[in-house]
Amino acid sequence: MAPTERTDGSEDLGATGRDPVAPTVVSGLGFQRTKNVQERIIGGVLFSCAAISTLVTVGVVVVLLRESLIFFSNVPVWEFLTGTRWQPAFTPQRFGVLPLLAGSVMVAVGSAIIALPLGLMTAIFLSEYAGQRLRGILKPVLEILAGIPTVVYGYFALTFITPLLRQFVPETDVFNAAAASIVVGIMIIPTVSSLSEDALRAVPRALREGAYGLGATKLEVSTKVVVPAALSGVFASFILAVSRAIGETMAVTIAAGNLPNLTLNPLESIQTMTAYIVSVSLGDTPQGTVAYQTLFAVGMTLFIITLGMNILSQWVLSRFREEYQ
Amino acid sequence: MSTTYGITIGSDGPALEVRDVNVHYGSKQAIDGVSLTVPKKKVVALIGPSGCGKSTLLRCFNRMNDLVPSARVDGLIEFRGHDLYAPDVDPVEVRRRIGMVFQKPNPFPKSIYENVAFGPKINGFRGDLDELVETSLRQAALWDEVSDRLGDSAYALSGGQQQRLCIARTLAVKPELVLMDEPASALDPIATQKIEELIYELKEQYTIVIVTHNMQQAARISDYTAFLYMGKLIEYGPTDTIFTNPREERTEAYVTGRFG
Repeated sequence: MAPTERTDGSEDLGATGRDPVAPTVVSGLGFQRTKNVQERIIGGVLFSCAAISTLVTVGVVVVLLRESLIFFSNVPVWEFLTGTRWQPAFTPQRFGVLPLLAGSVMVAVGSAIIALPLGLMTAIFLSEYAGQRLRGILKPVLEILAGIPTVVYGYFALTFITPLLRQFVPETDVFNAAAASIVVGIMIIPTVSSLSEDALRAVPRALREGAYGLGATKLEVSTKVVVPAALSGVFASFILAVSRAIGETMAVTIAAGNLPNLTLNPLESIQTMTAYIVSVSLGDTPQGTVAYQTLFAVGMTLFIITLGMNILSQWVLSRFREEYQ
Repeated sequence: MSTTYGITIGSDGPALEVRDVNVHYGSKQAIDGVSLTVPKKKVVALIGPSGCGKSTLLRCFNRMNDLVPSARVDGLIEFRGHDLYAPDVDPVEVRRRIGMVFQKPNPFPKSIYENVAFGPKINGFRGDLDELVETSLRQAALWDEVSDRLGDSAYALSGGQQQRLCIARTLAVKPELVLMDEPASALDPIATQKIEELIYELKEQYTIVIVTHNMQQAARISDYTAFLYMGKLIEYGPTDTIFTNPREERTEAYVTGRFG
C-alpha cells in the first residue's frame, strides 16, 4: 500500500512540476531577459532597504561611541560609574551616573512588580480560561493600552495617580518615582500579556490533556504544566517588558521629575537616564562642552543595558526552546 | 441487543455500562446509539476504520469530551453503578479514577520522577512518594531502565520508554479503569511488543479499554472486541469469535482487510 501511494504522489508532483505555465508564456529570449532585469532591480531595491536600516544602526552606535569616548577622555570611567553625585551643569561638576541609574532601575523594578504578575495572569486567563468570544474582545482592548501615547500616560500619572498617592501619604513629592512606576507598569502590561499568551498557547494540547487525564483541575493544568512548559517564552516577555520600562522616556520625564537623587524612596522626586537626556537635549547646554557630551555617555549606558537585556532574552529563548516536544 | 453476545459479567457487576450513547460535535453526529458493557479486569478493544468514532467513544468514558466546547454527550454511562454524567459528578474526580493513555507519548517537560509524581501530588497523596513512583515504574516495566536516572528529563527517553512512562504516570494515581487511545501507534514494533506485554500483565489488576487500528494487536491482547463503523456499534463479542467467526458481514469484511 504505502510504496504505491508514494509513487503516485511523486508522479503527481512531477507532472505538475513539468508542465507549468512558464514555457508557453516565455516565448523568446528577450522576454526572459526583461524578467531577469526586473528581478535584479527589485532585488537591489530590497537590498538597499535592508542596508539602510542596518547602516543607520551602525551609524548611531558609531556616533554614540565616538562622542562618549571624548567624554571619557575628560572624565574617568571609574568616576562615571561609581560617583554618587550627578551635577554636570553646576560647579563643581560631578559626573557620577549612579543617581540616574538608580532612578531608571527604581522605575523599572517598580513597573515590573506591577506588570509581570498582572501581565502573566492576564495571559493565563486569555489562553486557558477565556472563551473564544471573550478573548476576541479582551485582546484588542489590551492592545489599545499599548497604543496610548506615552505622554498621555505621563499626565495621567501627574494628574491622577500622584494626587491619589498624596491622599495616602501627604508628603509625597509632586514628581515621584512611584507614580511613574505605576504608569510604566500599566504601559508594559500588554507586552507581557501578549507575548506570554503566545508562549502559553504554543504549549501542545497533548500536554494539557495528559494533565487533565490525571485528574488535574484547570488551575493545576495552567500553573503546573502549561506555565512551566512555556517558561522560556514567558521569561523572554518579562525581559522585553523590563527593557521597555528602562528605555521609557516621556512618561517618566513628566511624572518622576528631574532631580538626580540617589534614593530608595519611591515617593521622592528622581531623574532617570532617559529623562536626563531629554532635559539636556531641550536645555541650553552649550555644544562641545563636557556637560553636553554627558548626553552620549548616558545614552551609551542606556544602550548597553537594553542591548544586554535583549541578548539575555534571546539567549533564554534559545536555551530553553526545546522544553517540550 | 443482537449485535452483542458472549460477554460474561462477574458477580460484582461490570466496570462500565454504556446505554444508547450519542455524541455530537456541533451538528455532526459522531456516535450514534452505542450500547456496550465492559466487564471488570478484562481488556476490551475498540476497532474500526479511521473516523468511525472509536476515540470519541473512549473519550466519553472519562469525560475528556467536556474539554471540547462543541461536544455534546447524551445517553447513560455508568461506572461501577454511578452515572458519570450526573449533574453532581465532578469530571476532575472522574478522570482521576479513570486513567487515560494517549496516542502520542505526552510526558510533561519535567524529570522522570516528577512525571510519575505529578498525579499523586495534585491529588493530595500522603505517603511514601518515592515508593509509589518506584511501584508505578515497575508496573509499567520501566523501572530497570530508569532507576539510576530518575532526575533526567523525560525527553531523554525513547518514544517507547516515554509511552511506558505515561502508563506509569497513569497508574500512579491508582485508577480503577485505564483507557488507552492507540497507545502503540506512534511506536516501532519492538516498543509496541513491550506495550502489549505490559497490557497483558496489567489486566490482572485493571480493567482496560483500548482503541486500536491494528487488528492483529486487538486479536493478541483483548478479551472482547467491539467493531464500530460510522459511529454505530456493529458487533461486540469475544475477540476470537469477532476475528474468526463474526456474525456481521461488515465485521468480517473489516477484520479480513477488505475495507478500512
